[in-house]
Amino acid sequence: MKPIYFDNNATTPIAPEVLDEMLPYLRDFYGNPSSMHTFGGQLHRKIEDARAKVAELIGADPEEIIFTSCGTESDNTALMSAVESYPHKRHVITTRVEHPAVLNFCKHLLKKGYRITFISVDNSGRLDMDAFLKAIDDDTAVVSVMYANNETGVIFPIPAIGGILRERNILFHTDAVQAAGKIPVNVKDLPVDMLSISGHKLHAPKGVGALYVRKGARFYPYIIGGHQERGRRAGTENTASIIALGKSCESAREHLDKEADYLKRLRDRLEGALLKLCPDAQINGDVKNRLPNTANISFNYVEGEAILLRLDEYNICASSGSACTSGSLEPSHVLRAMGIPYTAIHGSIRFSLSRYNTEDEVDKVIEVMPEIIRELRTLSPYGKG
Amino acid sequence: MWEYTKKLKDLFLHPKNVGEIENPDAVGEVGSIICGDALRLTLKVDKDTNRIIDAKFQTFGCASAIASSSALTEIIKGKTLDEALEVTNQDIAEYLGGLPKEKMHCSVMGREAMEAAIADYKGEITPPEEKEKLVCQCFEVTEEKIRRVAIENHLTTVEEITNYTKAGGGCGSCIPQIEEILKDIWHIKMPEMPAVKKKLTNLQKIALIQDIIEKEIRPRLQADGGDIELIDIDGNTVVIAMRAMCVECPMGGVTVNNIQEKLRELVDENIVVETG
Repeated sequence: MKPIYFDNNATTPIAPEVLDEMLPYLRDFYGNPSSMHTFGGQLHRKIEDARAKVAELIGADPEEIIFTSCGTESDNTALMSAVESYPHKRHVITTRVEHPAVLNFCKHLLKKGYRITFISVDNSGRLDMDAFLKAIDDDTAVVSVMYANNETGVIFPIPAIGGILRERNILFHTDAVQAAGKIPVNVKDLPVDMLSISGHKLHAPKGVGALYVRKGARFYPYIIGGHQERGRRAGTENTASIIALGKSCESAREHLDKEADYLKRLRDRLEGALLKLCPDAQINGDVKNRLPNTANISFNYVEGEAILLRLDEYNICASSGSACTSGSLEPSHVLRAMGIPYTAIHGSIRFSLSRYNTEDEVDKVIEVMPEIIRELRTLSPYGKG
Repeated sequence: MWEYTKKLKDLFLHPKNVGEIENPDAVGEVGSIICGDALRLTLKVDKDTNRIIDAKFQTFGCASAIASSSALTEIIKGKTLDEALEVTNQDIAEYLGGLPKEKMHCSVMGREAMEAAIADYKGEITPPEEKEKLVCQCFEVTEEKIRRVAIENHLTTVEEITNYTKAGGGCGSCIPQIEEILKDIWHIKMPEMPAVKKKLTNLQKIALIQDIIEKEIRPRLQADGGDIELIDIDGNTVVIAMRAMCVECPMGGVTVNNIQEKLRELVDENIVVETG
């Protein structure tokens, strides 16, 4: 049975047209793009085509795009490059709600002796701009703020932050892994220096990503070796996946406006019904300013993993910020930073949609969820079921 | 995704003994919603036989917490209070066909709830101010609990302690303290081993040496990334080989001496340890 897949912020299915585009490069055209012979060398052109398509999605020049192996590599590269490029500056600013690819890299820098400021958010997940302004100083090498949060979908004020930093001549990186392809992102209007993209979040396969580096920004490579990517990212190109990423960015750009409306309609239908049918439920995150595909709902007094496993019985896929699902014993660092009460964090469920979801699928969740919550509350000593 | 057994999933999807007994004879409550799991156990006890006639639970927690609670009630129903007190967290885990190691704390929570309920029945409630100081502030774990769970389940590493009690799984600031406790346990526990040096047969001697190396010496070395292998036992000569980090460790000679000391203390004062 085909799963009802509402976990698209974790990963997305490969789009059929993307798979078609990449398969010949796995099956037949296995050459090395750096080779002199036509068989391999012709792939160089394909990679440049893909680069142009990725650039077009975000309004960049093709030469500003570096292909990487994933979103995490893009994030790590951006931060490492920034601190290597400004060796005298020993301060980094980021937020408390970043993806671990940024957050843990900053904690790593902390151990190396850097000063890191982790900016807080309010209980809707909005950034504390006053704290941000106060944190900036002459020692600041780079600021990294995500474009949109993966757990709540909350969108950050990237233009405002970038504007301030540009005046101060401080490097600005944004992790746009969740935003790119879902909402318009255009670096022509955005004062950002570096921006991360991940393939598998926008219907390309896992194992490919991209980093935008503004022309003129200082750059220092993270993976060092051959001359690939003009010496900015060594290692033989993942040709098929790069071609796939190009195709998926092209699709995303074509679908962007229509898709956002469609996703918002489905998401609002799901959210509205669940809040109505399940008592003691609440939305986490700023409802006025978030991704159209993400719903983060807390069902108080029940635990997220238990909800997910009950949903799993209906082949419904979602995720949770509860401790038991996080891989550590602590629940979601994002919801904790927002000051969401523990009763609500442990029962938080994220539904994240894609263009492949249907209204019938939404209705199936609306049908089964209230009973799951009711039953689990009868099991719970805190339940009001 | 956790690897849950079919038995565990069944008991999670169709838990037995859910709810609360009216006018219970005993109530045991452990955990808290902040820690991410909590269990309320109510018992009906036959006053004449001290036998548990009925047991019900309410649990806030993940699938394994719910299944562990349900398993506990199934195990202890029909047992006398004394028999119930002999139920270990391992028994609960076994009833479920095993738990993922990261989820062992769910079985520990079940056992604790039962003990709390029986203490309640006997009127042995510990006033909160008498509670020993906490080691792990994040999950409110006491030193006593860490020691007990470590000894009962033969835990030698901080990671295992975290899996079984959650201690150390939050901010991590208590990890050095847990390390100290573990060192202390396995150090002070040594003399409790067969200290009586009665005349052993060759076979008994070999078995005892093997046992001490397996249960006492290797876990301590492994905790520091080292290891040894027992190669041969010939009379009083014990031949070992250094493994893992011990191979290059400049303290290798000290390690050999320590092992020799330990074996002389516990087995035979004439033992000589050599590396092969």
